[in-house]
Amino acid sequence: MTGERRIARRFRRLRAEGRAGLVTFVTAGDPSPDLSREIVLALPAAGADIIELGMPFSDPMADGPSIQQSSLRALAGGQTMARTFAQVAALRDRDDETPVVLMGYFNPIYRYGVARFVADAAAAGVDGLIVVDLPPEEHDELRLPAADAGLDLMALVAPTTDDARLPRVLGRAAGFVYYVSVAGITGTVSAAVPDIERAVNRIRRTTDLPVGVGFGIRTPEQTAAIAAVADAAVVGSAIVDRIAADLDNDGKPTGDPVATVSAFVADLAAGARSAKRRTADDVGAE
Amino acid sequence: MDPTGPAAGRNTLRTGPDDRGHFGMYGGRYVAETLMPVILSVEQAYAEARQDPAFATEFDYYLKHYVGRPSPLYFARRLTRQLGGARIYFKRDELNHTGAHKINNTLGQALLARRMGKARIIAETGAGQHGVATATVCALFGLSCTVFMGRADMERQAPNVFRMKLLGAEVRPVDSGSGTLKDAMNAALRHWVAHVEDTFYLIGTVAGPHPYPVMVRDFQTVIGREVREQLQEAEGRAPDTLVACIGGGSNAIGLFHPFLDDPEVRMIGVEAAGRGLDTGEHCASLSAGAPGVLHGNRTYLLQDEEGQIENGHSIAAGLDYPGVGPEHAWLKDCGRISYASVTDAEALEAFKLCARTEGILPALEPAHALAHVARIAPDLPTDHILVMNLCGRGDKDVFTVADALGESA
Repeated sequence: MTGERRIARRFRRLRAEGRAGLVTFVTAGDPSPDLSREIVLALPAAGADIIELGMPFSDPMADGPSIQQSSLRALAGGQTMARTFAQVAALRDRDDETPVVLMGYFNPIYRYGVARFVADAAAAGVDGLIVVDLPPEEHDELRLPAADAGLDLMALVAPTTDDARLPRVLGRAAGFVYYVSVAGITGTVSAAVPDIERAVNRIRRTTDLPVGVGFGIRTPEQTAAIAAVADAAVVGSAIVDRIAADLDNDGKPTGDPVATVSAFVADLAAGARSAKRRTADDVGAE
Repeated sequence: MDPTGPAAGRNTLRTGPDDRGHFGMYGGRYVAETLMPVILSVEQAYAEARQDPAFATEFDYYLKHYVGRPSPLYFARRLTRQLGGARIYFKRDELNHTGAHKINNTLGQALLARRMGKARIIAETGAGQHGVATATVCALFGLSCTVFMGRADMERQAPNVFRMKLLGAEVRPVDSGSGTLKDAMNAALRHWVAHVEDTFYLIGTVAGPHPYPVMVRDFQTVIGREVREQLQEAEGRAPDTLVACIGGGSNAIGLFHPFLDDPEVRMIGVEAAGRGLDTGEHCASLSAGAPGVLHGNRTYLLQDEEGQIENGHSIAAGLDYPGVGPEHAWLKDCGRISYASVTDAEALEAFKLCARTEGILPALEPAHALAHVARIAPDLPTDHILVMNLCGRGDKDVFTVADALGESA
């Protein structure tokens, strides 16, 4: 297929609908391979516009306690890269439209073998990659094979990324730009919306790619506030926390984690849809 | 900090890394974007300091008057006689202030932090030696100091926790993961991400993102440069063999690096084989690990087939790290340095040997190096000169040793 990639197509549709998207993060394999697959399969109907799926790693250096624990739960449950790909493929059997972005750290990719990784990811139906510890200075060894396989290696921009550095970070970016709104780890504090708006506009002056904002977005209200100023809001730790809250001391679910996550994602999606957009179309179109 | 530098116009093993911090395929800067700007500012500041004679003068001043350098190069006469082969010298870095080579590095980095106007220092520690050396220089320069230490290590190394507190440092327990050194490093990196403006991360070994491996190496090469001079005076020539233990590898690269371009000098790094390389309970990342990316650099790591990092084991807490400095990874692949390994039990025997024949309690880390020396020295000719880095003293380990010997008795 030479046509538009899923991520670009999804943002074009969101723009046509006049709204921002909701990106949901869960860790693949959390709390178990089977439940994780069901949770992910239910996400599009619950209102997730883009699915971000974490590849669990033993040493997630940019993540706070919530995602650290979800990673460890997934690994304890026997999650492997092959199972993560199988989970994506299971989604693709039902849904050929919702973009899937794999997020993680470089070592499991490197150990799997970069060439084999991009081939298997593309075959499973993955659309984009976010690799936290692969800054532009080091990313060519993944970016070039990924591009050949039709995968978007996405850029992360942080509050510490200054104007001088921004073109370097965005120069080769694909998919959408992930703005890390907090200089910190996931799931801790939230940034002020005006600061985020300024940062998003700064990024939009350097790239035409859509801008998603993550870190510290935990409620439908916060999702709405971000959806008013960015092209997508990313919610991770707050969803993962709901999976964790449902587990007993042995890590077994006490309720129905699929229903719990779906209901919460539906609330977040309602937040994203309620936002009064004030910048994207104006800034983006002209 | 090497005033001579690699000789121009000939092949050299001493010019690495390249300008992006790579030693061959190893090293680099594998960090989150949030940290990249501060990593680049440390690199810039260090590049300037390295060219500034005033920085070297200040570093040398404190090494001499505060650390007590040069440390002696001591001919171990009774040990040499007992082993019956090579002439064995100890580089006595255990006589430095705070009892190990660690302070060479913490002093250099604290001076750099001060030069950068950072008032706050963070560090990770496993055994607590780097934490103590960091707390020491922070007290010396009036810098605020927070040390991240795994909960399990805090229990194992309680005296060092108390030392750090006496020196005015805050010791922050790390509960994530297994509560050991790699988790302390993760915690320090997570903290740094949120405090990049006013905080300098003082890494304890030749690992981490560029420029740390080269910077820490440069501060530690004072060891090897002194050995060259001291041995010239004692024997009128260069050594034949150098031996040092390797956890992250800072004392070893400090001894080896000045000799890398002397092809006649053989070098052996000794890793911790723990309960045995075939048990999976060891810290021999070069001997039994595989290349991977962790804590900002590519190097040999203890990891499973899925690229998940495995916990090491060694009786020597200072060797208990699942990685190794990237320059060692490169030197291993080049074949310039050979790497051996020594078990907990062998290190304990060497500890006893050193205590009884030389009246020195070595730290359990250099006891690994000594165990390998005891293995090879008898078969070497009596005019063969072997220098071992006695990089730390054993006071911190007496209870660990007592426990271990009690169990085996």
